[in-house]
Amino acid sequence: MSKSNPFLLTCLDVITTLLVATAACLVFFYAPLEAVMGAVQKVFYFHVSTLWVGMLGFLAAAIASVNYLRTGAERWDHTAVSAIEISLVFFLSGIITGSIWARPVWNTWWTWDPRLTSAAIVELVYAAYFILRQSLESRARQARFAAVYAIAAFVSVPMTFVSIRMLRTIHPVIIGELTANIAGTFDITPAMLYTFIFSLVAFTFLFADLLWHRILLGQLQEQSETLLLRRMQHQEESR
Amino acid sequence: MKAAYWRVIGAILWKDLWMELRRPEVLPAMVVFAILSIFIFNFALEYQPSLRTILVPGLLWLTTAFSGTLGINRSIAIEKDRDSFDALLLAPVERSAVFLGKMASLWLFILIMQAILLPLFGIFYNVDLFHTSLFLVCLLGSLGYVSAGVLMGSISVQTKTQDILLPVLLLPISLPLLIAAVKASAEIIAGTTENSLPWLNFLIIFDLIFLGIAFMVFDTIVEE
Repeated sequence: MSKSNPFLLTCLDVITTLLVATAACLVFFYAPLEAVMGAVQKVFYFHVSTLWVGMLGFLAAAIASVNYLRTGAERWDHTAVSAIEISLVFFLSGIITGSIWARPVWNTWWTWDPRLTSAAIVELVYAAYFILRQSLESRARQARFAAVYAIAAFVSVPMTFVSIRMLRTIHPVIIGELTANIAGTFDITPAMLYTFIFSLVAFTFLFADLLWHRILLGQLQEQSETLLLRRMQHQEESR
Repeated sequence: MKAAYWRVIGAILWKDLWMELRRPEVLPAMVVFAILSIFIFNFALEYQPSLRTILVPGLLWLTTAFSGTLGINRSIAIEKDRDSFDALLLAPVERSAVFLGKMASLWLFILIMQAILLPLFGIFYNVDLFHTSLFLVCLLGSLGYVSAGVLMGSISVQTKTQDILLPVLLLPISLPLLIAAVKASAEIIAGTTENSLPWLNFLIIFDLIFLGIAFMVFDTIVEE
């Protein structure tokens, strides 16, 4: 295969860098200061974006896993691992940014609010994915079991969210119906909305870019392993 | 065809029950563990009478989940240790029937354990747990738990880490089920049975989805 990255990927790198930089500028200079919470509210743009990327990755992984079970093609397995790996990091940073916001607004880093708890659970569900992979030696089994687990996990996650919605929550709902009397809820102005949507788009590009790189990396790893194996076989034979 | 399918499920269920009668291995461990946890919870939580109705449903399902994990693990590991799992798979029958048979026997084990657990909870925590709708919650909750559990158990038993892995995989995945079961039980114990209906529906949905998933992917887990 090609030694350098594909041209399209390099283009995507450039676009992503520009988009994320612009998003950061928008957040800092364009979006207005929220009246009550002040500067800390600005974490909202990247908080939602990172979590969005997290969920996007878990969805991508579930689709890739279904495809892997149907076709048995290695590249789907690479895609699933890559997507979950990236999403795990993004989801964690989503939780951390939320924590940073919660400290001044809710006066605590962490509450056992159902939505926070469910976010932590999602993180654990997918951390277990890697524990599962590590405890399997056969490559084919690893891919197959991981695919089954990724599907089951992705079905369980929305159900966790639904069950959480059915419980009471103190987490502000910005998108969807506005609930009054919840600390931290704010009315979104058009400038905020533009910044928000722009960040979402920028992070989606960032995700696609990282995913592509990670899949290439996975393929390289696979290639190097086969090369190593072939060399060992060769040495065996020549002995 | 349809009758044969049910016969396979019945045969596996019967085999597991018979084994358990001949040499009890799975069920006693589950029950003893469950009873132990009642006492340990009591110490750990410095239990106050005012907290009864709030704590009991949570403790009930926590106990069920943990000793359920124990039972699922053991029941599948037995098959693996004696290589009888391969024999089951060699049999010229549908694999989903093997899965359903295994699931049915574990479902029954958990229900038996809960049947012992509920009166004990009633006595030790002094709450009235004799409600028909609570039995329904137990039925649905443990059905969902075993369908996810046997699926994850069949995966974990084939790994290096075996026993450790099952709770790590199963507990987070079955969390929505446990939330719904706890909430439904809490409403019923508090006497507001009509509020438990959305949670009961939720349990049914979870059961159906996980039965469906297990049905579809069980083949790929056990194939060599």
